[in-house]
Amino acid sequence: MKPFTYERATSPAAAAAAVAAKPGAKFVAGGTNLLDLMKLQIEAPTHLVDVNRLGLDTIEATPDGGLRVGALVRNTALAADSRVRRDYGVLSRALLSGASGQLRNKATTAGNLLQRTRCPYFYDTNQACNKRKPGSGCAALGGYSRALAVIGTSKDCIATHPSDMAVAMRALDATVETVDGGGRTRTIPIADFHRLPGSTPWIETALTPGEMITAVTLPAPVRGTHIYRKVRDRASYAFATISVAAILPESGTPRFAFGGLAHKPWRVAAAEARLDGGAKAIAAAALAGATPTSQNAYKIPLVERTLAAVLAEGRAA
Amino acid sequence: MTDTNGFSLTRRGALVSGVAAASTTALPLDAQPLPAEARAATVPVSFTVNGKKRALDLDPRVTLLDALREHLHLTGSKKGCDHGQCGACTVMVEGKRINSCLTLAVMHDGDEITTIEGLGKPGDLHPMQAAFVKHDGYQCGYCTPGQIMAAVAMLQEVKDGVPSYVSTDLTAAGRIDAQEVRERMSGNICRCAAYSNIVAAIADVAGAEDVA
Repeated sequence: MKPFTYERATSPAAAAAAVAAKPGAKFVAGGTNLLDLMKLQIEAPTHLVDVNRLGLDTIEATPDGGLRVGALVRNTALAADSRVRRDYGVLSRALLSGASGQLRNKATTAGNLLQRTRCPYFYDTNQACNKRKPGSGCAALGGYSRALAVIGTSKDCIATHPSDMAVAMRALDATVETVDGGGRTRTIPIADFHRLPGSTPWIETALTPGEMITAVTLPAPVRGTHIYRKVRDRASYAFATISVAAILPESGTPRFAFGGLAHKPWRVAAAEARLDGGAKAIAAAALAGATPTSQNAYKIPLVERTLAAVLAEGRAA
Repeated sequence: MTDTNGFSLTRRGALVSGVAAASTTALPLDAQPLPAEARAATVPVSFTVNGKKRALDLDPRVTLLDALREHLHLTGSKKGCDHGQCGACTVMVEGKRINSCLTLAVMHDGDEITTIEGLGKPGDLHPMQAAFVKHDGYQCGYCTPGQIMAAVAMLQEVKDGVPSYVSTDLTAAGRIDAQEVRERMSGNICRCAAYSNIVAAIADVAGAEDVA
């Protein structure tokens, strides 16, 4: 690791101010992705602001019947919360499908949203990667792209966002609460939180420098069948090739969000209106305009087949 | 390490003396001090390890794993991948299992840490350690401390009602079978593939603790 200085923050606003004031400074929460990248010198912060002891680790009921999840709530604690298990099953399942027991005990709600892609060319510092080194090119295009994105890509980046949790939060229409270095707070809909790569793939979220996530709010529960189905190369502890977060209400419009397809959790309103057409119609609408590589074109039929399995599970529930 | 066969030279001792011999013909590692900009200011941190209070002054880059192994000489926790993929470094912090390689020691001021050395000792093994011996839950043994720490903490998670991805009912009380053990232990890799005996050892303890 490159040398860095370290401080323990005293409040969220002070933490945001500390990071905003120092070029190269970063927040550290669980640290499970940041330290991994620092050891490879893909991340090399000059200063770390530890935000672990700011009291942001509670899950509270909101006046409109939802839940406000503190930024520092660990993935295990969120997945195991009795209200989440009962009312937001898709979120609990998505969290439990990700990483390992040890990582879920450390990884946080905000950190999960901010984790970087696992594109092999991002991780290999000998390769070109516009995300790691802007302007260096994208070695994944024409390279080993089996696990990478099929839609929303650009000529500069075909990385996927690796989170399962974020896919469920996209289906739930969560909102992200932040504070910036000047103490100003705002909320960002999850749909607008992660960005498509475009020509600036190194800018991954809507956050401004020094802006810190303080909580993620879940709206009142959507009753119905909650399913998170993850397809991967091994049975556990692997990233999704594709995943489907589905909420199937007894009546009304279903919700489908997809992981493993794009630079952000992928959700298309037009696809949700095609339930009568079954998995084929939903998948076709969700993937309209997809530009897969020869190696990841298998994801297109896999989405339809996984949706068919999800709909069958929903009917059986 | 307890000497059980009258052979007093431990493997660690042999490695250390090997390094000492090698260093007589090569420059000592500290012969060329790092330039000032490559060194970081140290940060004081104190935590409790296996019931004992410990105070250290550390370069913030030191991971919890390196603090335990290199500074406190608790070498039971192993460094396998150093990236959170293998689980050999698993310890408990505040009763929860984590990868000690993926967290900085200075982030754990005031925390209570348990390593394999704090779980049991020769002649007074923790039930999970005894079960691994009984079921032959290892071959080379390198992953074993991490497997045992993860297994003990995992059974507590089941008792605490933490579901898993293979739990059919998210809201049901915790129960454990072989499929649950495999899913919940997927963060611990065994290169010797002693998995079937590891699962048997854990299931044995789980039965004894009446969570089967």
